[in-house]
Amino acid sequence: MEQPVLIPHLFRTEYRKMVSVLCKLFGIEHIEIAEDIVSDTFLMASELWGLKGLPDNPAAWLYTVAKNKTKDYLKHNFIFAQKVGPAIKYTSNASQEIEIDLSNKNIVDSQLAMIFTICDPVISPEAQIGLALKLLCGFGIEEIANAFITNKEVISKRLSRAKETLRAAKIKIEEPGLKKINERLDTVLTTLYLLFNEGYYSASKDTVLRKDLCIEAMRLNYLLIENENTNQPNVNALFSLMCFHSSRFETRTDENGELILYRDQDATLWNKELINKGEYYLNQAARGQQLSKYDLEAAIAYWHTHQTDTPEKWESILQLYNKLLQIEYSPIAALNRTYALSKANGKEQAIIEAEKINLTDNHLYHSLLGDLYTDIDSVKALKHFGLALRLAKSKAEKTNIAQKIKMLA
Amino acid sequence: MKEFMMIFRNEKQEGGQAPSAEQMQAVMKQWQDWIGGIAAQGKYGSTNRLQSEGKTIKPGNIIMDGPYAEVKEIVGGYLVVKANSLDEAMEMAKACPNILYGGSVEVRSVMSIEYDPTSSKFLDTK
Repeated sequence: MEQPVLIPHLFRTEYRKMVSVLCKLFGIEHIEIAEDIVSDTFLMASELWGLKGLPDNPAAWLYTVAKNKTKDYLKHNFIFAQKVGPAIKYTSNASQEIEIDLSNKNIVDSQLAMIFTICDPVISPEAQIGLALKLLCGFGIEEIANAFITNKEVISKRLSRAKETLRAAKIKIEEPGLKKINERLDTVLTTLYLLFNEGYYSASKDTVLRKDLCIEAMRLNYLLIENENTNQPNVNALFSLMCFHSSRFETRTDENGELILYRDQDATLWNKELINKGEYYLNQAARGQQLSKYDLEAAIAYWHTHQTDTPEKWESILQLYNKLLQIEYSPIAALNRTYALSKANGKEQAIIEAEKINLTDNHLYHSLLGDLYTDIDSVKALKHFGLALRLAKSKAEKTNIAQKIKMLA
Repeated sequence: MKEFMMIFRNEKQEGGQAPSAEQMQAVMKQWQDWIGGIAAQGKYGSTNRLQSEGKTIKPGNIIMDGPYAEVKEIVGGYLVVKANSLDEAMEMAKACPNILYGGSVEVRSVMSIEYDPTSSKFLDTK
């Protein structure tokens, strides 16, 4: 790899590892110092490597420099060393020489500890996602701002406030014990789920960035699968869901980043390997006693990997939505359930149920009713498509609805 | 929105032929589609089915086998829904599959803890 490509690549893969290890070493009070040391290390790399060429093992070089910078920092910041020193587990009393453990095991343990620290309910889910992107995924402020479709100032403020809140709450960065895992795992999964959705459903047209968000969510989810204490059924179910969804990643947008509707996608381009992985982890999840919403959503996603309509497919999807809505209501699940109902039980029944769910300010609601009334009552179908067209936001959706209106007229 | 409990009652059945697996599945589907429809309106609270195993205790430590020794109808389950009025809950109940099978649905307004005059004392832990 050439240097201009290598540094961003290493930044993405190594920054987060070093930051996690140093954060865990220094504690929540000094996250910024950890970030500064690692950023300085990369700055030094880009300067030196440009002049002297690449070292033999660039990652090892980065680790050594980060270690030395940390030791220097501790030496020259007596007060900091006094405060942090005693807390550092690796301090050997004899030499006062601290050891920075950048072994693979400690990197994984530190990242896990950081996931559980960041996903503390004292900070909002948006702040949790933001911090996860910054500290665990090595995203820059600008990338995070693009992902959330906002500006850098908003994100900077959000992240410093979140760090301040964590500090004030004296949250410890430590490997989660079983008790903490049981208490916190749901929040962690929610954050990963939102992180994935941020990438998968984001209105941002930057498909590379969106894909990165999905990959990062999957990587963090996989960290939880690799640890035996966090390798729980709902963790596998969420991973399965992400595998099924991302199997369609390449086929769901066109070259301009516009959404391609599910039924218009080229199913031969769906990623078979990810579909197989999704099935594997869905089976792993099935060992659990209780059905979580992730099990149900993963099972629904599994059925969507079969593009051909069969009565079994739609009956299964309908029953999964029936159960999902009992666990957690959401307008989108209500709409999808009604669509499945029309496929399984017929349009007449679906119309009756759709009129009851009453989501009149949602363009998808009117789009659905337009579809249901098509071939039954053209006047009503046109009325609903008209409302849907007025409420729809994306270009792909508007085009799609306009086409349907044209067909009816 | 208030909470209402629907209580499903059926006539006690003795003997007769056990339903086939297909029949059972068809009945389950009717129930799940009905409950799913309520959940799709965001009005689902909770539900449970009751098994026939059970006992009844009465004053004087009188214990009777079965929950339905002296009655013709047995409670088969319940569903808690959210609705603005009893009429609205009754509207939902009209489509309940239990009615198709000769059973009844009793709809009752749930007394939430805020409306319970004794609750303030109960909640005061200071």
